[in-house]
Amino acid sequence: MDFAFTPEQQLLADSARRYVTEQYGFARRKQILASATGHSKDVWRDFAELGFLGLNVPEEDGGLGAGPVETLLLATAIGEGLVVEPYLASAVVATRAIARLGSPAQRADWLPKLAAGELVAVLAGDADCGSGSGDTVRATATAGGWELNGLAPVVYHAPVADLLLVAARTGATAGEPDALFAVPAGASGLRLARFVTVDSQAAADAECRAVRVDGASRLGGDVRAELAAIADYGLFALCAEALGALDRCLALTVEYTRTRNQFGGPIGRFQALQHRMVDMLTRIEQARSLVYLAATRCDDPDPGTRGAALSAAKVLIADAARYVGQQAVQLHGGMGVSDEVAVSHYFKRLLAVELRFGSADAHLARFARGLTAD
Amino acid sequence: MDLNLSADDLSFRDELRSFLTAKLPADMRERTLGGHRFEASDIRRWQQILHAHGWGAIHWPKEFGGLGATPLQQYLFELECALGGAPIQLAFGLRMLGPVLMRYGSPAHQQYFLPRILSGEHWWCQGYSEPGAGSDLASLKTQAVRDGDHYVVNGQKCWNTLGQFADWIFCLVRTDPAAKPQRGISMLLIDMKTPGITVRPTVLLDGTPEVNEIWLENVRVPIANRVGDENLGWTYAKFLLGHERANIAGIGSSKRELRRLKSISAQETRGGRALIEDPDFRRRLARVEIDLLALEYTNLRMLSAPASSPSAAISASILKIRGSEIRQALSELLVEAIGVGALRFAGRDAAGAPAALPGADYAAGLTASYLNLRKLSIFGGSNEIQKNIISQALIGL
Repeated sequence: MDFAFTPEQQLLADSARRYVTEQYGFARRKQILASATGHSKDVWRDFAELGFLGLNVPEEDGGLGAGPVETLLLATAIGEGLVVEPYLASAVVATRAIARLGSPAQRADWLPKLAAGELVAVLAGDADCGSGSGDTVRATATAGGWELNGLAPVVYHAPVADLLLVAARTGATAGEPDALFAVPAGASGLRLARFVTVDSQAAADAECRAVRVDGASRLGGDVRAELAAIADYGLFALCAEALGALDRCLALTVEYTRTRNQFGGPIGRFQALQHRMVDMLTRIEQARSLVYLAATRCDDPDPGTRGAALSAAKVLIADAARYVGQQAVQLHGGMGVSDEVAVSHYFKRLLAVELRFGSADAHLARFARGLTAD
Repeated sequence: MDLNLSADDLSFRDELRSFLTAKLPADMRERTLGGHRFEASDIRRWQQILHAHGWGAIHWPKEFGGLGATPLQQYLFELECALGGAPIQLAFGLRMLGPVLMRYGSPAHQQYFLPRILSGEHWWCQGYSEPGAGSDLASLKTQAVRDGDHYVVNGQKCWNTLGQFADWIFCLVRTDPAAKPQRGISMLLIDMKTPGITVRPTVLLDGTPEVNEIWLENVRVPIANRVGDENLGWTYAKFLLGHERANIAGIGSSKRELRRLKSISAQETRGGRALIEDPDFRRRLARVEIDLLALEYTNLRMLSAPASSPSAAISASILKIRGSEIRQALSELLVEAIGVGALRFAGRDAAGAPAALPGADYAAGLTASYLNLRKLSIFGGSNEIQKNIISQALIGL
């Protein structure tokens, strides 16, 4: 039983945190958000050079083949810095989808580019633990390949992606996606209704209107099972990001209440506020323990074991996200509702954490279904 | 990061399980797993059985008769004993006074008292709280005045747990009324048979006399029975409370109660189906299981104390707060699980004498347990005091 990180893992965590602190301050982030794409190619190149984008690329495909703990540490730093680059969507979710489902040719083509920061890919499809609308893209066979029709709502970073991995169902009736197709950005019939998410990230509803792809664009394997595994892994990385945001939210709140003077002294001397911050800390620490547990289970081949750990983590992360986010704003008083202050941005990031990769209710229901007598 | 038990820890756990299967008397196991109140004699017998096996206090250093067990082994011991249905071990001697004597006691204290704590010969109780000194313990008023080679002690202690069975009491007394509250306190070891001690039970809301008032009237205590230096008792008391909190999460007991809750809610029916199949109830059960899983791994994380853990003071208080809240939540769900059956509280026969309750066997005692466990968030430093401790470390104002 060992909760410690290896020296190499600690180095990665330190380098990620140093980058975020020194190169990705609140002002820099604001500049990036104000740009046309809401994304920085410079930051993305730095991420590639620092090795961040190759962590989830297998060694045989030219990557680092790192484990979940490396993703945990990097994602936590990204959450601390409120990074809006497509790390989770491209370097974790889409990269793993290609590594797990891609043909040798697809892997050889895309994975080295993903690791090098030359390609951004995103998964467009259901990763909501059954709490979404249930709509899926429909794939119908054509003479030379497939035709895709339907809407994939709320695809993070679709506007800056070079490649969309569209999850689709091949059956006529509604159901879970059973096939995955690579659709290049700019493909005929692919329409992106762009928007900025509540947590300031570039996103789009991706609609396929008679998008035609050839047979070689289809990714193989047990898509249904793999998509479930990939969704759980993405959820794990999201929870790790949330830990970083939660830690910063609490630290900012402690700092604010220590320095904000009212009634002749710092407001942090009032017990009502102190106990609130203790409750924030307690929720964060409980959630952290389950995210660490999830790190050891997110690769588990047994979906029951994996799902229980991930759902438990999401339930407590969502709980902490709502409580800590709301209380951080509350304890900042008027400053908390200002766009100029970082805490309001953490609050919005934490709202997105709650909503993405399945609601707390959906995950509590999944955990409840799997209850055993022990 | 590797959250699996090592081979050594697994074999320790297997050894524990075999030991519990072989040596835990069936009647004790049934009482504990059935949720019945323990008997004082169970506690004594179980301590003797453990001691005979060399496991009287596995957390004590080997030089004092312990095993020098690692924090993780201690955790596994508590867990397996609770799940296996063993009675509790008394914390007062084993976890509270014992470590204080090892650190601050005289050689004579160590040689006389420690082996008797270990064997179960001495049942210890705690004389801390007073009517005017609860959370603000340092305001205690029980006085000890020197008279030759004795102290003469006068005062009143309250919320004294299981003192009706105790052979000895460790007491905080005021030896310097002029000093600041924390500075004038000493710790005395007092034989409960000393003339002038009166024990009066306090009946709790569950109907049991679990705690007592203890009156001390001109009780003569040899000066040699003082722990450490005069007027430094507060230092020893804080050391002792630190040891009390280190083991307070109660994961084993909560896991046992969660199993019981699942078993009972599978037997209870609502609207023609098992209660556990009711989606609303099942989700609440799932939520408490998630909360317990989080506390279990928080406890394990804090035992291994990597750099990512909060400080020891924060950790102990978090474990105390969440441990008590989860145990209370489980006791609430157990009451809800039996519905109106929880209204059956004290059985009576035709003559009005105590008798068995009607209804399912598993239901008897659940209401009393719910009532009794309100104490968890109050004793050992209330949860509000724990939050003060955490905020001192977190905010420092």
